[in-house]
Amino acid sequence: MCGIVGLFLKTPTHREDLGRLTADMIHEVRDRGRDSAGVATFGSGDNATTRITVLADGPQPDWNATATALEALLAAEVSVRPLHDHAVFETTGDGRAARQWLIDHMADIEVLSYGSQIELYKSVGDPDLLATRYGLATRTGTHAVAHTRMATESAVTANGSHPFSTGSDTCLVHNGSLSNHNQLRLRLEQRGESFQTLNDSEVAAGYVSWRLGSGDSLEQALQRALTDLDGFYTFAIGTVDGFAILRDPISCKPAVVAETDDWVAMSSEYRAIARLPGVADAEVWEPEPARVYTWSLAA
Amino acid sequence: MSTAIDLAEVPLRQLNQVLHDAESGGFDVLNPRGAHAVACGITTNVTVEVAGSVGYYCAGMHQVGTVVVNGNSGPGLAENIMSGTVRTTGNASMSAAATGCGGLVVIEGDAGARCGISMKGVDIVVGGSIGHMGAFMAQAGNLVVLGDAGADLGDSIYEAVLYVRGEVESLGSDCVEKEMRPEHLAAVRHLLQAADMTASPADFRRYGSERQMYSFHVDDIDAELAEGAGAAK
Repeated sequence: MCGIVGLFLKTPTHREDLGRLTADMIHEVRDRGRDSAGVATFGSGDNATTRITVLADGPQPDWNATATALEALLAAEVSVRPLHDHAVFETTGDGRAARQWLIDHMADIEVLSYGSQIELYKSVGDPDLLATRYGLATRTGTHAVAHTRMATESAVTANGSHPFSTGSDTCLVHNGSLSNHNQLRLRLEQRGESFQTLNDSEVAAGYVSWRLGSGDSLEQALQRALTDLDGFYTFAIGTVDGFAILRDPISCKPAVVAETDDWVAMSSEYRAIARLPGVADAEVWEPEPARVYTWSLAA
Repeated sequence: MSTAIDLAEVPLRQLNQVLHDAESGGFDVLNPRGAHAVACGITTNVTVEVAGSVGYYCAGMHQVGTVVVNGNSGPGLAENIMSGTVRTTGNASMSAAATGCGGLVVIEGDAGARCGISMKGVDIVVGGSIGHMGAFMAQAGNLVVLGDAGADLGDSIYEAVLYVRGEVESLGSDCVEKEMRPEHLAAVRHLLQAADMTASPADFRRYGSERQMYSFHVDDIDAELAEGAGAAK
C-alpha cells in the first residue's frame, strides 16, 4: 500500500509552518504503512553550503573523525551535527564527491541526501515517531515530500524507507512497485549512478537524477520515465526549486491533488489534505494517468 | 428534522452504528475530512447528507435509502450498491459504483478510472467525464456519461449498456457502438430524470458488447432481451 504526501508552498505565507503541516499530513496517511517512514524538506539552506544527511542504523561512528576525513578529501571545512541516528554534514566543498567517498569508505552508513536545500530523515517505526524524533514540526522551508511505508519490494529497514535521493537536491517517494528496476539499475550504474539498496524506488530516484544531470528539465525527465520505467507507480518528486507528480498509465495507486494560490498538496488520500489552511477554497483533482505535472518556484 | 452527527467529535463506527440502527429519518454528517467508509452498509430508508468530501468506500454495500455527499468522493464510492440512491456533488475517484447490483449512483462531476467496473445492474449517471477503463467487464445496468469517456471504454463488457454524450477516447475489447433505438432514447431520458440532470437524449451514443469474447448463443437470448428491458426500466 504505502502513503505518500507532498506539499509545495508557492508563496511565503505558510513557509514557517512547512514542517508542522507536513507532520499533520503524514499523520493522516500512517494507516497506509506503519513499518517505516521518511521525510525530505527543502528550502531552508543557503546556496553556498552543501548539506549531506547520513544515517547510521547500527552503532554510531565517530562523526567528528568522519568530518575530518571529509575535510581532507574536499579541501574545505566540514561541520557535523548529529541527530539521533542521523548526522548532517555542512561544507562548501563538493557534495557529490563527499557522498561517493562516504559510500565507498563507510560501509555501515547510508547517505540519504546531499544538496544546498534538502534535508532527509527516515526511520523504522510509526511515522508519527519520525516526525517527533527529528523535530519535523519546527522545520521551515518551501516544500516537502514524505512517505509511510508498507514494504513489499525490500526489507523493513531504515535505509529501505523513502524518500530516496541519489542526486543533488532531488528526491522521490513512490507508491507501487517497478518491474524492470534490476535491469535499469545496471544501466544507470554503467552511466555513473551509484545505489545503496536493492530497492526499486531508489532506482526511480536514480533515474530522475541521471536525466536531470544529463540536462533534461524535470518535465522532460518524467516524460522519458514513462517510457523507461515499467510497473505501478505514483511518484511525488522534489527538486531544489520544483515539485512533480507522475502516475503510470494504469494508475492503480491512488493520488489526489489540491491547489490554492498559496500551495499545492498531493497525497494518496484526501484526508491528508483535508486540514490544510484554505483547503475549502482549493481546487481538488485527481492526477491523470501518464501525465507529467510539475510546479516550480522559479516560474 | 434531521440529526447532525459531527465526525470531528464522534468516531466513524458510532456514526455508522447510528445509521444502521435508525429505521428512517434524516442525518447530516459534519466534518467528514476525507474519512473512509462513511455511511457504509445502510439497510433502512434513511437520508444521509454529508457536508464535505469523503475518502474510500463511502456508501459501500448500500442497500436502501439515500446518501448525498456534498463534495468529492474517494475510491470505491457506493461499491456493491444493491438499491437506493447515492450521489456526490463533486468528483468521484476510481472504481465508483464497482460491482453495483442495483440502485442509482449519480456523480455530478467527473469520475476517475474504472467507473462501473464489473457493474451488475446498477445505473450510473455522470455529469462530467469518466477516466479510462470505464465499465470494465460490466455485466448489467446502465452507465450514462454526459461528458467524455477515457480510453478502453467497456473493455470485456457483457450485457451492460453505455451511453456517452461526448468523445470516447477508445473502446475496449469487444465493445462496439450500437444504434440508438427509441427504447434507448427513453432509457436515457428516464435515467437523466432520475439523476436530476438536463441533457438531450438524442445527443448520446450507445455502446455495448459485440459478444465475441464470451460464449453467446441464441439459446441465451434472454440476456439479449434483458438488455432492452433493463434499459427501459
